[in-house]
Amino acid sequence: MSYQSIEEAYARCEKEGIEFWKAVQLEDAEERDVKEEDSWKQMKGMWQAMLDSIDTYDPALTSRSGLVGKEGGLMEAYREKGDTLCGDFMGKVMANALKMGCNNACMKRIVAAPTAGACGVLPAVLVTYYREYGVPEETMIEAMYVAAGIGQIIAGRAYLAGASGGCQAEIGSGSGMAAAAICHVKGGSKEQLGHACAMALKNLMGLVCDPVGGLVEVPCVKRNVGGAVNALAAADMALAGIISQIPLDQVIDAMKEVGDRMDVSLKETGIGGVAGSLRAQEVLRAME
Amino acid sequence: MANIFDILGPVMVGPSSSHTAGAVRIGLIGRQLFGRQPDKASVYLHGSFAATGRGHGTDKAIIAGLLGMKPDDLRIPDSFKIAEEMGMNFVIEPKELRDAHPNTAEIIMESEDGRKLNLQAFSIGGGRIRVNRLDGLDVSFSGETNTLIVKNQDQPGCITDVSTVLNLCGINIATMQVFRAKRGGTAVMVVETDQVVPRSALEMLEGRTGIIKVTFLNVNEKE
Repeated sequence: MSYQSIEEAYARCEKEGIEFWKAVQLEDAEERDVKEEDSWKQMKGMWQAMLDSIDTYDPALTSRSGLVGKEGGLMEAYREKGDTLCGDFMGKVMANALKMGCNNACMKRIVAAPTAGACGVLPAVLVTYYREYGVPEETMIEAMYVAAGIGQIIAGRAYLAGASGGCQAEIGSGSGMAAAAICHVKGGSKEQLGHACAMALKNLMGLVCDPVGGLVEVPCVKRNVGGAVNALAAADMALAGIISQIPLDQVIDAMKEVGDRMDVSLKETGIGGVAGSLRAQEVLRAME
Repeated sequence: MANIFDILGPVMVGPSSSHTAGAVRIGLIGRQLFGRQPDKASVYLHGSFAATGRGHGTDKAIIAGLLGMKPDDLRIPDSFKIAEEMGMNFVIEPKELRDAHPNTAEIIMESEDGRKLNLQAFSIGGGRIRVNRLDGLDVSFSGETNTLIVKNQDQPGCITDVSTVLNLCGINIATMQVFRAKRGGTAVMVVETDQVVPRSALEMLEGRTGIIKVTFLNVNEKE
C-alpha cells in the first residue's frame, strides 16, 4: 500500500532510520513485488530517458497546429548572449523546460512527469542542475524517487490530471515534485523537502487547465517554465529555513478542494480561460 | 492505485498520455487480439478523440499501434506513410457512439482471408485503456495482463470447458468475467490468466461444442 500522507512516509523514515527516497523505493519494491535493485534499474531508465529527451530537441520543428516549437531555441540563443534577467543557470532551466514542452507538442519521446503536458518541469530542474554542477548520478536517481513519492501522495489525496483538478494538478504537482527532488539533491532534510513541495504547490494553487483547442501546446509549453522556476524558488526558501505554515498533507487536501470547486470549463475542456479568448477562436478557425 | 512508474512515466511520444499514448495502446491491443497486422482497418473516433484527435496525433497513434508500435516508438508521427509501405489500408472518420466515454475509438480490422474483428476501447489517462466492446458484445478489460477471450453460445457447459482446459494446461485464472447479449444468445468470457495460454489449448477450446471463437492476448509476445 503506497503512502497516504507525507506524515506516514516520515514515520517510516524515522522508524527505520532511512531517508525519504529510500522509503519510497522500499514501498515500490514491496508493492510490485520486485527487488530493490530492479526498482532502481527501472528508475535509472526513467532518468536516462529524461536526459535523452532534452537532447532530441529540434528548433526547426513546429507542432501540428503550428503554435509552438521554436521557443526552446529562442530562449537558448538569448541566454547564450549572457544578459538574462534571471541569470545563466535559470536561463538554462527555462530553455530546458521549453525544449521538453516543445518536444512533447512535436511528438518526440518524453517522460510523463506526472503528465505529458507537465513533462518539462522535473527535467528542467534536475537535468539542468546535474549538468551544471556535476552531481553523482546516484543522487539524481534518489531525487527521482523523491519526486515519484511526492507525486504518489498527491495522486492518492488529490489528482494529477488537468481534466480532474485543473493545471494545478499537472504543472502544480510537477512543480511540487521538482521542488522536493532538488531539495534532496542539495542535502535538505525530509522536512525541508516537504516544506519546499508545500510552498511550490501553494504558489500554483488554483491554476486552471485552459488549453487552446484542447491541445497540449498553449499555454502548456510555457507553463512548464513557470513550474520549474517556481520549484527552484520554493526549494531555495526551504533550504533557507523558511517553512510552510500549512503542513504538506493539508496543502494537498486544499488543492483537492480547490480542484473540486473549479468550474468544468476550466478543466481541460478547451472552453474557459485563454482557450476561450478571441485569439484562440481565430487560431481554431484557421486550423479547420 | 498508481505505482511510482505511473507517476514518473510512461516514456512516451507526446503530446498526450490519454490522446496519444493511450491511442497507441488501443491500436496495439487491436492488433494483438486480431493476431496479426490487419490488411484493412476502419478507425472511428468519438467525442474528444474526434474533436482534438488530429492535433494530438490520435489518428497517427492508433495506426501506429495497429502496425505493432509501442507508445514510445519514434516512428509514430510517420505511421500513415509506414502503413502504406507495409500494405495496411485504413480509413479514419469521426463517429458519434452512444453512451461512450469521451476518449473512445472503434476499430474494425479485416484480413484478405475474410477474418474480421470489431473492437471498441477508451483511454482513461496515463496511457492506460479499457476495451469495452468486442464484436458487438460488452466486455471490460485493460489488456495489461494476459487475457483469454472466448465467444460462445450461451448454453450450459461452456464455462466448465474453458476452466477444464486451462486446468489441464496448469494455467491459473486471475479474474473471470462472463457477458451475454441475451439468454441463449451469444456470450463472451473474458479470462485474465497468470500464465500464457498455449496454442494447443486454444485449438482444443475452438473444437468444443458451443464455442464460436477464441482469442488470446499475449502481453509478453515478441514479434
